[in-house]
Amino acid sequence: GPLSERPLMEVRLGELHTWISTCSFSPRGLLGAVQRAWSSYCAKYIHVRQGGPAGISMLLAGYCLLSYGWNYQHFSKTSYFRNS
Amino acid sequence: VLHTTRPLHTTQQSLAPVPPLPEKGGEVRHGLIPEEFFQFLYPKTGVTGPYMLGTGLLLYLLSKEIYVVNHETAAAACILTVLVYAIKKFGPNVADFADKLNEEKMASALAMKNDTIQTLQTAIEEEKKEQWRAEGRSYLFDARRNNIAMLLEANYRERLLMVYNEVKKRLDYQVALQNLKRQKEQDHMIQWVEKSVVQSITPQQQKESIAKCILDLKALSKSAHAAV
Repeated sequence: GPLSERPLMEVRLGELHTWISTCSFSPRGLLGAVQRAWSSYCAKYIHVRQGGPAGISMLLAGYCLLSYGWNYQHFSKTSYFRNS
Repeated sequence: VLHTTRPLHTTQQSLAPVPPLPEKGGEVRHGLIPEEFFQFLYPKTGVTGPYMLGTGLLLYLLSKEIYVVNHETAAAACILTVLVYAIKKFGPNVADFADKLNEEKMASALAMKNDTIQTLQTAIEEEKKEQWRAEGRSYLFDARRNNIAMLLEANYRERLLMVYNEVKKRLDYQVALQNLKRQKEQDHMIQWVEKSVVQSITPQQQKESIAKCILDLKALSKSAHAAV
């Protein structure tokens, strides 16, 4: 289909910047994008007959990574192998 | 004016019946990384590509101190071990339990649906029967009409009888009145005549009549003696 309506997974690397230029960065557009991403994640991994630990574990792992990223300053300061 | 941001009824889709849930979710390897990633790297690097990528990434993060090893790393390691062990051991049990719950829900919903269908079927049959019954309404109306006609007739005759009785009573009254009047007049006249006659009999006349009666009686007795 046309470039602007394809989901991110089906966009080739070369067309990435054109694809980014076509999507809307208004608050409503961003909110819509977030909603679509969340609902597609739910539909794929959570709302199934026989889901496993994969659905929540990926969310938890993402949360771990995010919190590590936010607290990186603190970690680097209180590391046992500080060079400074 | 309808304020909607979403176009209504643009497709043939409707909300019911809802499509069933897919059986299994997306494939995830080691519980963390979706299978798509491995498939994405397969054409270029084969099967071991993602693992090499992971190892290299891990070593790079460790060596550059982008991932800092501290007491929390040990805690995380212990927690992860326990978690993985628990999931491997109790996973199937929990899955069976959840499946059982799902089965019960489905069974109850199905039973409800079947019950509703059954009820509606019986309702349809009842309706057909009612329709058949309604065909006989002409007979019903005829019977009712006959009933009402009979009632009217009976009522009419009853009233007729009443009228007849009342009229007869009034006429009888008038007849009895006239009879009574004539009776009274007769009696009164008789009494008056008797009274006036008795008054008009003087003592002299009484004696003469008694003597005449005695003479007559003697003559009669003589004729009777002669006859015998």
